[in-house]
Amino acid sequence: MNFDFSEEQVLLQDNIRRLLADTYSFEKRKAYIQLEQGFSDAIWQAYAEMGLLAMPFTEEDGGIGAGAEETMIAMEAFGRSLTLEPYLATVVIGAAVLRHGASREQRKAYVPDISEGKLKLAFAHTEAAAGYRLAHVQTTASLISGGYVLAGEKTLVLQGMAADRLIVSARLSGTPDAPSGIGLFMVDGHAQGVERRDYATQDGMRAAEISLQDVRVDESALLGGSSDALPVIRRAVDEAIAALCAEAVGAMDATLQITVEYLKTRKQFGKAIGEFQALQHRAAEMVVELEQARSMAMYATMMSRSENVNERTRAIASAKVQIGRSSRLIGQAAVQLHGGIGMTMEYPIGHYFKRLTMIEKAFGDSSFHLDQLAALDRI
Amino acid sequence: MELEFTREEEAFRTEVRSFITQHLPDGIRQKLNEGRRTSKQDLVTWTRILHQRGWATPRWPKELGGTGWSPIQQYIFLEEVLSAPAPETLSFGTSMVGPVIYTFGNEAQKQRFLPRIATLEDWWCQGFSEPGAGSDLAAVSTRAIREGDDYIINGQKTWTTYAQYADWIFCLCRTDMQAKKQAGISFILIDMTTPGITVRPIQTIDGGHEVNEVFFDNVRVPVANLVGEENKGWDYAKFLLSNERVGIARIGASKARLRRLRELASLPSPDGARMIEQPRFRDRLIETEIALKALEITQLRVLSDEAKGKNKGKPNPASSVLKIRGSELQQATTELLMDVVGPYALAYRPAGDGRNDAPVGPDWADAIAPLYFNQRKVSIYGGSNEIQKNIIAKAILGL
Repeated sequence: MNFDFSEEQVLLQDNIRRLLADTYSFEKRKAYIQLEQGFSDAIWQAYAEMGLLAMPFTEEDGGIGAGAEETMIAMEAFGRSLTLEPYLATVVIGAAVLRHGASREQRKAYVPDISEGKLKLAFAHTEAAAGYRLAHVQTTASLISGGYVLAGEKTLVLQGMAADRLIVSARLSGTPDAPSGIGLFMVDGHAQGVERRDYATQDGMRAAEISLQDVRVDESALLGGSSDALPVIRRAVDEAIAALCAEAVGAMDATLQITVEYLKTRKQFGKAIGEFQALQHRAAEMVVELEQARSMAMYATMMSRSENVNERTRAIASAKVQIGRSSRLIGQAAVQLHGGIGMTMEYPIGHYFKRLTMIEKAFGDSSFHLDQLAALDRI
Repeated sequence: MELEFTREEEAFRTEVRSFITQHLPDGIRQKLNEGRRTSKQDLVTWTRILHQRGWATPRWPKELGGTGWSPIQQYIFLEEVLSAPAPETLSFGTSMVGPVIYTFGNEAQKQRFLPRIATLEDWWCQGFSEPGAGSDLAAVSTRAIREGDDYIINGQKTWTTYAQYADWIFCLCRTDMQAKKQAGISFILIDMTTPGITVRPIQTIDGGHEVNEVFFDNVRVPVANLVGEENKGWDYAKFLLSNERVGIARIGASKARLRRLRELASLPSPDGARMIEQPRFRDRLIETEIALKALEITQLRVLSDEAKGKNKGKPNPASSVLKIRGSELQQATTELLMDVVGPYALAYRPAGDGRNDAPVGPDWADAIAPLYFNQRKVSIYGGSNEIQKNIIAKAILGL
């Protein structure tokens, strides 16, 4: 049992935090949001130079071969700074999909470009009728000579517009909810028949509605040549949830720090408001929630690469529920303790609250994961 | 990072578990499992079983009967005891006055008291709280006035757990009336059979008798029973309270209760429905299990720091986090039990009234409401949860 980072991991943490301290002030972040893509390509390149984009890919494929803990370290730092780049889609989900679902040739084709910052991905999976159910895919993939034709509608695709390539789930056979018969395809974002409607999200990022109208892809676009990709999707989503838990912990930690700083400096009735016990107790409750969340983010990280599907699902779902609870409590308390200023866009705390709120809604909210846990117990 | 225990630690857990399985009397296990109170004799029996194995005072120094276990082994042992469920040894002796005596007491006190604590030949109780000194413990006003080789003690203690069984009481008494609050307090050991001591039971809302008032009316106690230096008692009390927080989260106990909850909630009620299938109940049960898992990992994080010697000697403010959430979860499990028992929570059955009437409803039902009422205490004792929040605000957040 050991909850400490190795020396290399501490170094990594220091390096990322230093980079973000220089490049991600609240004011600079506002400017990045205004850029066309909604984030800064220069920072994406800085991530590439630091090796962050190569981390979870194996050395054999041209990556660094780092584990889930390194992802946790990076995501926690990103959460602290509310970064905007498509790290989750490209690196976390991309690496999981390629590691578990792609052939060696396919990995060799994509990993070097991703690592160098030349290739960004988006995960085009969710559909309007799916809710949070991962098996629901209506988009079709029809076999034609030398390839496939994809047709369907994808919704809420995070960073869908900025992506050079889309990882598209499409059904090769079966009814819309059948667990088997799903393939994952690498699709050029600019391919004929791909229409993307880009929009802003509540937390300052971007997403896209994507329509696929008879999009032709080569045979080699089907990852792993497999029509049984649901287990790969599940693993990728589990790794994404673990990463989001870490991001949320970073955001909650920053939220608490900013709030405590405010309690110490804001004066009313002739003293710092942090001297009032009602506010102290609310802040203390934030500490309890943060430590609970941090524990579960660590747990999710350690379990996210488990081969035992039930154990992994149980851990990930439990972590997501805890993170949801803690995020809500900490985010709401932070706005309340700030008073009026917490309600304004010009002050950072509301932006943390918004990001935390959206994390709870991503890849299954608390109710969905409680249902998952009940199903595991056959209740 | 690594979540797993080492192979040696797992082997140790197996050893502890199989010892408990083999040696814990069934009657005791059943009482604890049903949330019923164990008797004085139950605890004496179990303490002697542990003592024979050399496990009655695991945290003590090895030369005084300790085990030399690592903090992680100590934790594993406690968790196995709580989740069996088996009784803990009497904390007033083994984890409160015992450590104070071997750390600050003189040789004669060590020889006289320590062996009898380990075997529970002496039952100790704690004379800290007073009617005017609850969370504000330093406000104690029980006086000990020096008269030759004796102290004459006058005053009143309250909330004294199991004073009705006790042979000895360790007391905080004011020995310097002029000194500032914390400065004039001494730590004195008092034989409960001394003339002038009266124990009056306090019946708590669960209907049980666990705590008492203890009155001191010109009680004469030899100065030899002073621990350490006169007027330094507050330091010893703080030392003692920091030991009290060890295992304060009581995760094993909550685990055992959740296991029992699942069993009971899975039984069909007379109309055939099973509580565990009710979505609202089910969600609360699972949320409680998740929170307990999170707390267990928080506990392991604190423990892992302790094992590495981080924050050495300083009380870890994280223990306040453990106390707050640990007590909330203990209480949450009893609320869920109340939902499982449903209307049969109603019937009250006084313990030991000699009647042998048939139980009303399921035979486990009568223990549930008293347990629920009783467990409200856990967010009050050991530094109330509000006091713990003050500690977090000051020690962690610097407010």
